[in-house]
Parts: sequence; C-alpha cells; structure tokens
Amino acid sequence: MSTSLRNNGAVLLSLLAAALLVAGFALAFFWAPEAQDDPAFRIFYLHVPVALTAYACFGWGGWKALRLLWTRDERYDLESYVAIHMGVIFGLLALVTGSVWARYTWGVWWTWDERQLVLFLVLFLFYSAYFMLRFSTPAGPRRARTSAVYALFGVALIPVSFLAIRLAERYIHPVVLTRDPKIENEMLASFGVCLAGMLTLAGALYLVELAGKRADARLSELRELVA
Amino acid sequence: MTTGEKYVTAAYLVLLGAVLLYVALIAMKLSRIERELDELARLARERAGG
Amino acid sequence: MTAYLSDVAALARKDLLVELRSRDTVPAMLLFVVGALVVFHFALAEDSSRLASAGMLWIALLFTAQLALVRAFVAERDEAVIDGLLLAPCDRSAIWLGKAISVAAFLALAEAVALPAFALFYEPVTWELIAGVALANIGIAAVGTLLGAMAAAAHTRELLLPLLFLPLAIPLVVGGVGATLAEDPSRYLAFLGLYDLIFAILSWASFEYVVTE
Repeated sequence: MSTSLRNNGAVLLSLLAAALLVAGFALAFFWAPEAQDDPAFRIFYLHVPVALTAYACFGWGGWKALRLLWTRDERYDLESYVAIHMGVIFGLLALVTGSVWARYTWGVWWTWDERQLVLFLVLFLFYSAYFMLRFSTPAGPRRARTSAVYALFGVALIPVSFLAIRLAERYIHPVVLTRDPKIENEMLASFGVCLAGMLTLAGALYLVELAGKRADARLSELRELVA
Repeated sequence: MTTGEKYVTAAYLVLLGAVLLYVALIAMKLSRIERELDELARLARERAGG
Repeated sequence: MTAYLSDVAALARKDLLVELRSRDTVPAMLLFVVGALVVFHFALAEDSSRLASAGMLWIALLFTAQLALVRAFVAERDEAVIDGLLLAPCDRSAIWLGKAISVAAFLALAEAVALPAFALFYEPVTWELIAGVALANIGIAAVGTLLGAMAAAAHTRELLLPLLFLPLAIPLVVGGVGATLAEDPSRYLAFLGLYDLIFAILSWASFEYVVTE
C-alpha cells in the first residue's frame, strides 16, 4: 500500500511539473519582456532553474545522508543516492545550457569567467567521484555510511568552492565586470514559475527513479525466495 | 530566426532531449522488470502446480 | 580530555615509529617532490612568469601529499591494524586525529625540502608562502586522512583516493596560490584557515562512521 501511495506522489508531481513548465516557458517567451542587450537572455529561464534544482537535489541528498547517519535506517541510503544522481543529471544540464549561453554571448563554449559554470564543473567532478566510491565499495552498511559522509562533504564543499572561485578571480583577473540586467517583475514571476516547474520535475523524476530501484530490490528478493 | 533565437532553441531542446532520453531509459528498465516478473510468475506457477 | 589527548599522542607516535623503522613513505615523498620540481622546469616555457612557477609548486605539494595519504592506511588494511585500533578503548575520532597528525608531520618534512628547493630553482620563498603551506598542510591532512579511510574500504583503493581528493583540494590550491601571489595574502590565508576549520570538524565528527563495519 505504501508503494502505491508513493507512486501516486510521482503521478501528481509529474502532472504538476508538466503544467508548471509549460506555463513557465510560455510566460518566459510570450509575456516577459525582451532583454535589450542580450537576445539569448531567454536561456536564463532554463539555465538558472536547472542550476538551482541541481543544488536542491544535492541538498536533499545531503539531508537524506544526515538522516542515514542519524537513524542508521538503510532506506535513506538509496534515497540519498537517487537524489544525488538527479543532482548530477541536472548539473550536467546546467553545464550544457550554460555552455550554449556562453557560446552565444562570448563566442566560446567555455569561459572561466562565469563563476556558476566553474562551480558546476567542480561539483560535477566531486559527485562523479561519489559514484566511483559507491561502485568500488562492497554494498552494505559501511558503504551506506561512507557515501553519506561523502555526500555531506559535498554540501560543505558547495559554499567553500563558491568562495574559492570568487577568490581565484582576484588573482587571475583583477578587474571584475559585473553585468547586472535589470530584473522586472514580469521576469521575476516567469522565472518563479519556471523554477517551481523544474523543482517538481526533479521531484517527479526522483520518485520514479526511487520506485524503479525499489522494484529492482524487491524483484531480486522474490527471485531468491522462489528459486 | 536570428542567431540568438537559434541558441535559445538549442538550449531548450537539450532539456527536451534529456527528458526523452530518461523516458527511454525507464522504458528499458520497465521491459527488463517485466521480463523478470514473467519468469518469476512462471517459476511460481510451476511450484504451485507441482 | 587528557585521556583523549594521550590516546591521540600514542596513536601518532605509533605511526611515526613505524615510519622511522621502515622508512617507506618519507624518502619517497622527498624524492618525488624534488623530481616534480625538476620536471616542471622542463614543462614550463623558457620565459614563463613567476606566477606559473608558484602554481607548479602547489601542484607538486598536492601530488606529494597523495603519496602520504595512499600509504597512510596500507598497514591498517593489509595487517588488519585497523581492527585492533577499533577494539582499543579509545574514541574513534582519536584514531583520525593521530593519523592526521602523523600525515601532517610527513608532509611538513617533504615541505621542508620542497621550499628550499623551490627557492633554489625558481623564486625566493616568502613568509606568506610558508604560512600558506602550513595552513594547507592542516587541511590536506584532515580531509585526506578521512578520504584515505574511505578509499581503504574500496577495492580500487589507490585509484580512488585521488578522485575523491582532487575536487576537495581545489579550494586549498586557490588559497595557497593566492597567498603566494596576491597583493593581499591575508584574505587567502584566512580562507585557508576557514577551510581547515570546516573540514577538520566535519572529518573529526564523521570518521567513526567511515571505519566501523
């Protein structure tokens, strides 16, 4: 019964994500005003929500990791892993969309000037190592706890790396150019809807992936019982 | 379509592509689970019959 | 409190004694760091700036540190020392602190050779650089010891450790290079101190979860 309830959550979130994302992108394209100095500005409504969603996934994975260490309940291991998995996927999307934006705005596919992109690269490296750690450690409570500790390190690393990247700019480029586009209310509202849509999409994907992983675990349990 | 619009479209297509790729992966997983369930059902039926 | 500190001292002394008897790690680190500095001369273009050589020094130190970190849990794993340590009536975090102190000591020895060699081959060593190296040393030992314990449980140990360590070492490189080059090194030294504080507390608190079965 609990399984079917969880899957209802996935259905609900998927529908909500579809509605919010369609509405948000429609608002972004047809209602929010054009930014005068940047024709590719509408990538903003995709790139920034995707990036913030990735942070939310990493944070959620960190929270589940903390719960695991706290309660020693093994189900949090899978939840933390799936959340970080989603975070890496959204992080990769943020890298790609940011790269497209950089290509249009600066004419290059990669720029070390864009802090958020560099931060995502660092986090991508960090969380790829998380997968390596999981895949090369025998499954069991010790792997669960080790992964949880590493996931918590990631949560601490995000602000520290952000600070580090800001500090690194000072010795690489002494002059910092900040281009601050004027954000209007229509932009903010459209952005909010896009962000909510992206977060619910991540939530839905998280629940679907979790259900799949649990089904896998149940299947192998059954196989042992029957065979 | 201006160059700016092309890049915007490309970025949004990346998201669409990613979601569709995920659907494909889930479909693969579902078909595998279905196959395994069939096998388990056959085993269980044999067990019940014999 | 004093019991805890004497546990830590005993554990650190054990590692230093083992190293003193076997002389496995430190000579390798010394040779590696000098070798790396020599290789960098050939890797750098003829007229590259002092900025580049400072960066090279930090890369050399980082990779030398990994030698110590990979070695730190070899005996613990191969001779099952860690099982004995876990049975000992001491706090688990004391094991981490003792190990981190011994790693930091090995690193300090390597740096005591690396900095004069750097001064001889490339640029004069400033007080800011020494302070940066000392602070980075603490961070490397603190984080690296925990990651070393994590990697020891995996079957790809030596392969895994650099992967786990490098993303976490990026802030240390930023702080270290900044302290070496920037106009206002105090900002970077403070950043290194902040890093040490955050990750030392995290590692201290989480070591027990990583080593127990």
